[in-house]
This record gives sequence, C-alpha cells and structure tokens, in this order.
Amino acid sequence: MSGFPILSLMLLVPLAAALACLYLDAKSARMVALLATLANLALGVVLWMNFDVGGAQWQFQERHELFSGFSYALGIDGIALLLIELSVFLMPICIGASWNSIEKRVGEYMAAFLLVETLMIGVFTAQDIFLFYMFFEAGLIPMYLIIGIWGGADRIYASYKFFLYTLLGSVLMLVAMLWMVHTAGTTFVPTLMTYDFDPQAQTWLWLAFFASFAVKMPMWPVHTWLPAAHVQAPTAGSVILAGVLLKMGGYGFIRFSLPMFPEASAYFAPLVWGLSMAAVVITSLIALVQDDMKKLIAYSSVAHMAIVTIGLFAFNPQGLEGSMLVMLSHGLVSGALFLCVGIIYDRLHTREIARYGGLAINMPRYALFFLLFTMASIGLPGTSGFVGEFLSLGGIYQVSSWTALICTTGIILGAAYMLYLYRRVVFGDQKNADAAAMADLDLREYLMVIPLGLAVLWMGVYPESFIAPMRADIAALDARLARAKPEGDAKLAMGKEKPAHEEAAHEGAH
Amino acid sequence: MHPILFIVFLPLLAAIIAGLGNKQLGNVPAKVLTTGALFIACALSWPIFIGFLTGSAEASVIPVLKWVQSGAMSWDWSLRVDSLTAVMLVVVTSVSALVHLYSWGYMSEEPDQPRFFAYLSLFTFAMLMLVTANNLVQMFFGWEGVGLASYLLIGFWFRKPSAGAAAIKAFVVNRVGDLGFMLGIFGCYLVFGTVSIPEILNAAPSMAASTIGFLGYRFDTMTVICILLFIGAMGKSAQLGLHTWLPDAMEGPTPVSALIHAATMVTAGVFMVCRLSPLFETSETAMHFIAFIGACTCFFAATVGCTQWDIKRVIAYSTCSQLGYMFFATGVGAYGAAMFHLFTHAFFKALLFLGAGSVIHSMHHEQDMRFYGALRKHIPITFWTMTAGTLAITGVGIAGFVGFAGFYSKDAILEAAFGSGTAVGGFAFWMGIAAALMTSFYSWRLVFLTFFGKPRWIQSEHIQHAVHDAHGHGHDDHAHDAHGHGSAAEEDAGESTDHHDAHAHAAPALGVSGPNYDTHGDGTGGYHPHESPLVMLVPLIILAIGAVAAGFVFQHAFVSEGTGEFWKGALVFHEHLIHAMHGVPTWVKWAPFTVMALGLLTAWYGYIKNLSFPKAVAEQLGPVYTFVYRKWMFDELYNAIFVRPAFWLGKVFWKVLDIGVIDKFGPDGAAWVVARGSTYAQKVQSGYLYSYALVMLLGLVGAISWVIAG
Repeated sequence: MSGFPILSLMLLVPLAAALACLYLDAKSARMVALLATLANLALGVVLWMNFDVGGAQWQFQERHELFSGFSYALGIDGIALLLIELSVFLMPICIGASWNSIEKRVGEYMAAFLLVETLMIGVFTAQDIFLFYMFFEAGLIPMYLIIGIWGGADRIYASYKFFLYTLLGSVLMLVAMLWMVHTAGTTFVPTLMTYDFDPQAQTWLWLAFFASFAVKMPMWPVHTWLPAAHVQAPTAGSVILAGVLLKMGGYGFIRFSLPMFPEASAYFAPLVWGLSMAAVVITSLIALVQDDMKKLIAYSSVAHMAIVTIGLFAFNPQGLEGSMLVMLSHGLVSGALFLCVGIIYDRLHTREIARYGGLAINMPRYALFFLLFTMASIGLPGTSGFVGEFLSLGGIYQVSSWTALICTTGIILGAAYMLYLYRRVVFGDQKNADAAAMADLDLREYLMVIPLGLAVLWMGVYPESFIAPMRADIAALDARLARAKPEGDAKLAMGKEKPAHEEAAHEGAH
Repeated sequence: MHPILFIVFLPLLAAIIAGLGNKQLGNVPAKVLTTGALFIACALSWPIFIGFLTGSAEASVIPVLKWVQSGAMSWDWSLRVDSLTAVMLVVVTSVSALVHLYSWGYMSEEPDQPRFFAYLSLFTFAMLMLVTANNLVQMFFGWEGVGLASYLLIGFWFRKPSAGAAAIKAFVVNRVGDLGFMLGIFGCYLVFGTVSIPEILNAAPSMAASTIGFLGYRFDTMTVICILLFIGAMGKSAQLGLHTWLPDAMEGPTPVSALIHAATMVTAGVFMVCRLSPLFETSETAMHFIAFIGACTCFFAATVGCTQWDIKRVIAYSTCSQLGYMFFATGVGAYGAAMFHLFTHAFFKALLFLGAGSVIHSMHHEQDMRFYGALRKHIPITFWTMTAGTLAITGVGIAGFVGFAGFYSKDAILEAAFGSGTAVGGFAFWMGIAAALMTSFYSWRLVFLTFFGKPRWIQSEHIQHAVHDAHGHGHDDHAHDAHGHGSAAEEDAGESTDHHDAHAHAAPALGVSGPNYDTHGDGTGGYHPHESPLVMLVPLIILAIGAVAAGFVFQHAFVSEGTGEFWKGALVFHEHLIHAMHGVPTWVKWAPFTVMALGLLTAWYGYIKNLSFPKAVAEQLGPVYTFVYRKWMFDELYNAIFVRPAFWLGKVFWKVLDIGVIDKFGPDGAAWVVARGSTYAQKVQSGYLYSYALVMLLGLVGAISWVIAG
C-alpha cells in the first residue's frame, strides 16, 4: 500500500459522485450515491486491513506543499482510522434511509450527503491545521442545507440556531490557530502535537478551541441547537449528525486540546467535569419528559457525549479509550435509534410518541432491533454501549469520585428514559388503527439495521478489534499528559502494619 | 472440551435459534430445543457438583475469549468452576430445566411460546455467566443479562400496562443497585489494580487497614468498596430499600416468578457476597451493615407477607424475607449456611411458586386467595406438593433428628447468628425468630385459605367468566381476559403496584360465600377446578422431593465440621462458627421450632377455626394494619420523592432552563440584537443563511491565506 494515495481517493470518490449527482435524475442519483458510498466503505475496509497496528504512529501520509507553509497533508493514526471507519460504515445506511423518503431535489440531496462524507473524512485525515479547519467548518454547510431544504416545518429556525452556535466557536478557534502557527512556525499537526506552548498562553488557546469543540460536542449549556436540528433534519441527516458530526468535537479534544495544551487541559478539567455532570443529570431528566421521539434521543445524545468528555479529561488510558469507544458506539447506536424512529416515521409521518403503541404486535422484528439498540444505548454489557461507558466512568473514578458518582447516575436515568420510550412505543396495546396497520421491516430496512446490530454486538463482545488500533496512540497521548495529570481524590493510604502475631491469629480464624 | 462450555453456551444457542426462529420455527421445535438444551446442561452439571462433593474435582478456569485490555485494566471472557459455582450450577440448571418443562403445560394456551422459551433460556445463559465469572466485569455482564431477561419476562404480556410498568421498575430499581456495583468495581481497580476476582481476594487482607478518599471524606478502604458492592447485591436480591420491584415482578408469568424471582436471579446478591467473602471479611463495618440490612429485610417482608391476598405476592414477600436470612447469615460470617439456605430455598420456593401456578391454572387465572378455598380435594397433587414446600419453608423438623429442607438451613442460620456473639448477630437472631413466626403464619395461611375451608370461588370474576364461557368457546379468550384487567393506564413507572387491590372484585367477607350468583349454593358457582397436566405435575413432584430431602442429604456438605473440605477456599469458612453453632443453648435450638408451631396454630385458628378472627385483629390494629398492608408505604414514598420530582425537574429543566434561559439569551437573543442592529441581518433570518455562511467561511479562509502569505 505504500505510496498509494488511498486517503485522497477516499476524499475524491464521494466528491466526484457528488458532482455527478447534481446533473442526474432522481433514480440514477440514488444509485450513484449508493455505489459511491459502498465503494468508500470498501476502501475503508482496505484501509483497515492495511493499517499496521503497532507500526508507525502516522500512516498513509501524503504531503504536498502549497503556499507559504500551508500544505495538503493527509495521514491517519489509529484514532482517526476508527472514526473514518465509522463514517464510511454509516454513509451507505444514510443513503438507504433516504431512498424512498426523499422525493424532492434528490440529486442535490445526494450531492450534499456525499459532500458531507468527503468533508468528514477530510476532518479525520487532515494533518495541516488549516486544512483541518476548512474541512471542519465546511462540513457544516451541506448539513445546513440538508436541514434547511429537506427538513421539517421549523427547519429555518433550526438551521439558523445550528449555524449561530457553531460560528461563534469557529471564529475563536481560527484566531487561536493563527497564533499557534505564528508561534510554532508550522501548520503540521503532528509537530504541533508535540510542541510545548507556554502554559500561560495555553489557557487562552484552550478556551478558544473549547468554544468550538464544546458546541460541536455538544456540551451543556451550548447544546440547545442539537434537539432543534435533529427534530427538523430528515432521518439520514439525524443519523449522520449524531453518528459522525458530533464526534468531531471529541476528535478535536483528543487531537488538539489534550496533546497541544496539556497544562491548560488539566487546569480546566474541573470545568469540563462540572459541565459534564450537569449534562448527564439535566439532559437525562429532560429526555424523560419528551413527547417527541427524536427530541428524546437528541437529549440522550447530550448525556452520552458528557460521558465522552469526562473520559477524555480523566487523564488515563481507560478514560481516553473509553471515550473513544463511547464515541464509536454512540455513532452506531444513536444512528440506529434515529433510523428506528425514521422507519416508523416513514409509515405514520409523526414523531409523537403517544401516536404509537403496541408495535410488538404488528412489528415484532422491528421491536427486536429497537430493543437491541435501546439496550445498547442503556449500556447493557455485551453491547457496544457498555465497554466505553464502563471504561470512561472507571477512568474518571480514579481522578474524581464525585464526578464518577454523578455521571454514573446516567445509567439509572438512561434506563428510565429509554425504557419509558420503548414501553410507550412498543409495549402496551394498539391504540391507533393506523399504527396497528404498519407493516414490519422490509428488505431495505433489514439491510440497514442488521449491519448496525451486528456491529453493536461485535463491539460489545470483542472490543479488542477497536481498541487495538488506537492503543499505541492513546498510550502516547497518556504519556504526553502525564506531566499535567491531576492528582486523584482517592489518595489511598496504607494503614499501620499489624503486628505479626495478630496477623497470624487472624489468618487462623479463617 | 470442558462440559462447562456446553452447560453455559447450549442455552444461549437454543435461545438464539428459538428467539430468531420464533413463529417460523413453531412452538414445538422451539420448546424441544430450549428444554432439551436445559436438560443436557442439567445432566452435565450434576456430575460436576458430585465431583466437588466427593472431593475429586479441582477448581479450574476455562478461558473463552479476550474481552477488554485498556491500559493496565483488562478482563476476559472465561468460565470459573469451583465448588461455589458447582452449587449454583445445579441450582440454576435444575430449576431452569424443570421450569422449562412446567411451562409446556402452563403456557400451552399462549400464542407467543417460542419467545417465552427463548427468554427463559437466555436468562439461564446470563445466570450461568454470572456464576462462572472469574472477574467482576463478567459477573456484571451476567448481572445485567439476567436483569434484561427479567425485564423481558416481567413484560412478557406487554399489552398489559401494569406489566410494562413493572418491567421498567424492575430494571430501573436494579440499576440503582448497579450504580453501587459499578462504583465498587472501579474502587477495586483503583485499590488493587485489577478486576480479577482471585487476585482481588488475594490482595484484600493487605488493604484491610488502609484509608481512601471518597466523595471528599476519608473512609476505611475496604468498607467503602464492600458497601458499594453490597448496594449492587441489595438491588438484585431485593433487600430493604431496593426491594420494591420484586412484588411487582409478579406481573410476569408464574414459571418466571419461580425461576427468576425466587430460585436463581434474586439469589445472585447472596452469591456475590459469598464469592467475594474474603473481601467482605476485611471490613467489619460492612459485615455489620449487611447483617443489619438482611435482618431488617427478613422482618419487614415477613410482616407484609402476612397481610397480602394475592397468592403470588405472598410468596414474593416470602422470598424477599428468606433472602434477608441469607444476607444476615453472610453478615455474621456464616457463608456456608447462607449458601445452604440458598440451595434449599431454591427447591422449596420454586416448588411453592410452581404450585401456586398450578392453583392459578386450575382457578382460571384467579390469583386472589379470598376466592379460593377447599381446593385440596380437587387438585390433590398440587396440594400435597405445596404442603411439602410449606413444611420445608416453615422449617418443620426435630432438632438433632430429622426435618424438611428449610429446617436444616434456617436453623443453621439462626444458630450462627446467635453463636456469632456480636450485637448485630443477636439483633439478627431475634429478627429472624420473629420472621420465622410470621413465615409459619403466612405460609400456613396460604395453604389454609387455598386448600381448606369452603369454596369461595363464585365471587371471582375470573371464575364467573369461566363458568359463563364454559359452554361456549371455553378457555380461548383467557389470555385477553387475564391480562386485560387492572388496565387503568399508569403514567409513572412506579404507580402500578396496587392494581390487584384496585380491580373490581367486591371484597368479600371471608368465609361467607356470596349468594348473589351462587345458584349451586356451595360457593363453587358450578366451577370445576382441574388438576394440572402431567408436564406440570412432574416438576412439582421432583421439587417436592428436593424440598423434603435436600436439607438432610446435603447438610454435611454445606455446614458441619470439615466442610472446608468441600468449599476448598471458594468461600471463607469459619470453623469456629460451626463450633459456636453447636454450642448454642438448647432454647436457641428449639426456638425456631416453637415459633413455627405457634405460627401454624395461629394460622389454623384464624383461617380454619374462627374465620372472623383475622378481620377483628386487622380492625383492632387499624392504621398499623393499613401501613403493613400497603407494604410500609415504600411505593408511595418513592413516587413522592423520586419519580414525580424527576418528571417535574425534567419539565423545569426543559421549559425554564433550556427554552427560557439558554435559548432566550443565546441564539434567540443574538438574533434579536442583530435584527435590531442592522437591516442586513434580516436576511440572515429570511433564508439567505446559507450564502451568508458560505461568504463568511470563504472570507475567513481568505484571511488565513493572507496572514500566512504575508
């Protein structure tokens, strides 16, 4: 594989297909989009197969100097690899989810989606800080369009809110990037990751990046764009928004904030913990009282992302790997849950929970998959949701028992709101004739939920496949953070040694 | 290949095939597959147990698959087999196999049978993963897996709103315990640097006197860890405070109650404490806490059990109470006695539940004992086997001579509590004696109300339906009939508890047959209860044999001098406690028998001799009776302080905080400012957003290029 520009190819395939879609009729555009995303999935598999676990930190590198330091530099480590795999895995499912439900301006719609794919992969592969910035911000444009054109009734307000929040953060981040490049004299991310900025300056830089990543994450209290965007977005828009775009915030923390500003990260860790604790409790309780399925899952996403942030700011391998696994798992599970909502939305055209009920009677297969994804969202061991959540919480426990305790209440609240949703939609008696007449999953829907279901179980039973590629990168990051690591609140202190004879007497008693 | 692999994974395989095959597979293949898998697992389990009994087997760990390796934290899928596991293996597979078989009869009219059997087998798999765990995380996997199966089986009749509510309640209350369990596992990793059970147990004594910071205070390390883990056990084993889900779990089909909510899953907490006994031994405070909670639970649940009318709820509270016995046994260090009681209890309590199921089956899904009576002649085998179960649970036997199963194990626990010599042990002893009195009372009350006296069937709606339908379409619509009542839709998960009290039976005065419908004048309403089919009776008979003999046969293995040989270090065994048990005064040895006789006599007087007596007593006690009858008001309390505030807070956070504050001063506020400030911004809101965003971004990119180029 050496020398072959597979990353550029993965950027190019959807881009070319996007351009083609603009000029095609609806039917061909769907087909082209599906083929292009499947081709990228195949390239993703090739990429993973050829990724040398335990090899060099940065692989598949490409670099072309453009002008005055700005370069077209691509390359991935294990962390980026996993997020790319997540993106290429979800994309064909998104196209499938839009197959029948999008009827107007199909070509443009498919083009927007394919553009999102290019930009997402760009975010995870860019090694030049400005290239990253461009992908990072440009990714939002097709997303605005998807919400604004193909969204629900209130789409303009939603896309406006989405835009306003994210813009604020990105301006600050851009200024910070300019300063960093000036100071360090390079735009190359791997170099910046090992550059030691002055701790004083780090504080400001960290805050500037935080403004952007916290919004993308989203962290409480800058999360209110998310429910609005999700509710208005078409199903596939929600899937990709929850599945991949939310991961850009976490990726930003793990790629920029933590390695570039270790001291500032440690300094601000209590702030992150505090916001995360607030997010878990507040947004979980809000999820409990939602009547709109998408809003409920959107709020639950905020709570889950808080588990990511506490893991990231736990400053140990468990927390970091856990937060990565939560991101991957949430990508699959929340995507799958939005898909489950979409499946019944397509049939009944309402997201109102009360309109459903008793679906286990007429849609038993759907009930089974919905149950699987519900359980994964709750973090049942054996599903993908558990491993990451467990490691993240276990990571933060080593640093702050209060944070661990408050965030672990998420497992209670999460069970409450998800099972309450499941009960109202799937259990109970059939209340409405139209809901009772809905047909079970069809072939197209099987083809979407089965791969998701298998991936969820795979990650739950044998997560080693997903931990192995990033292990060395996390270890490197952990080593870099070691100098700033906050001291845990446990402070284990050994008691006085017992006199030998007392020890012996104690043993004898057994 | 080690047989344990088949024991554990055959039920999983059967569950997957039966569950996914479902209706395409058909009822009979699904039943044959799951039941067959369980009987094979059971047949393979007994030799392992006998191997440990005879001392020929050695503890071993069979690796299966890598699970997680994160930094220094790692754990694998593996199966541990030692004597403690072996005890659980025979309990789980035997009861599960019998319950599978029983369900052929009990669920025969159910349209959804493959799903039911798949859930049962899935449960068995998860339970087996729990008892064979060699690390805390796999134990947690099994722990949550049985929780899932329990959730699905409680909610099996998902059309019924009360079943859905009870299922959620069981899961969520268990999650409260799981919070403790998870933090306990984290604590173990923090302190010992591992989640492997043997390594933790080895390292535990060296940490005995250390201290740790937790939530801003400093505590004894082991006390913190043990109490956190025990909170997990309290959830799963329905101990006082986290018990509220168990009675509601009776919404599930009766075989489920027998398997999950009596014999196996609810004992997982006791198993956990025994498995980790060397850890718990290092904290006296935690041990006292466990003994105290156990003692309170056994007393509390017994009081409630005395007042309930629903046959399954009486047995559910009885289970809760018996689990309390097991916990205070572990709390005083008598782990062997706790496991012994777990073992015998599994047989006689599964028997009582399945017997109750047989009664319910014959009484056309009526569960209220006020509408039973005189059934002993109609369903004799059910009567005799349930009597055996009752003799076992009440602990009938002659000290030093012979007795039923519960006699050996319960007396061992009470003697150990007394013999431990600690204050909390004494407290537990007296609570246990009081509970034994009530156990005898409510158990015989159940038997007398059900099998003796005059028939009171006519007042039951279920029976009226049955008689009414008998000449028409028979039993066909019973599923709807039985599952549809109590249908007042509860919004909150916790409000389902009293539906049985609420539904429309005219509360009859006991012993007075209702004349309204009774054309036959004998209280039967012309209804003829039938004995259950053979597939249901065979499990009853086998379990009855267990209830009679399990104590006598296995007493030496579990609790006597030299029992350490059997346990081989699988749990902490205090030889000195055995000596203390033998040395207790004679009155202590006879006390359980005395209170048992007293309870029997009281029940006989109240429910056979003088039928107006219980009502008079209840009236005399007034508010106390109501308090106990309403289950000490726990559900009302939890609804008031947890469930309703959670919904209220959710609304406040949403409407006030998110919409009223964050949005108002965030994006909406910004829009307002911009709109006031410039006419250009109006375009932002009127649809030119995208071009604006694009221009903005392109401008920024240009700026960067300029800065860098310059």
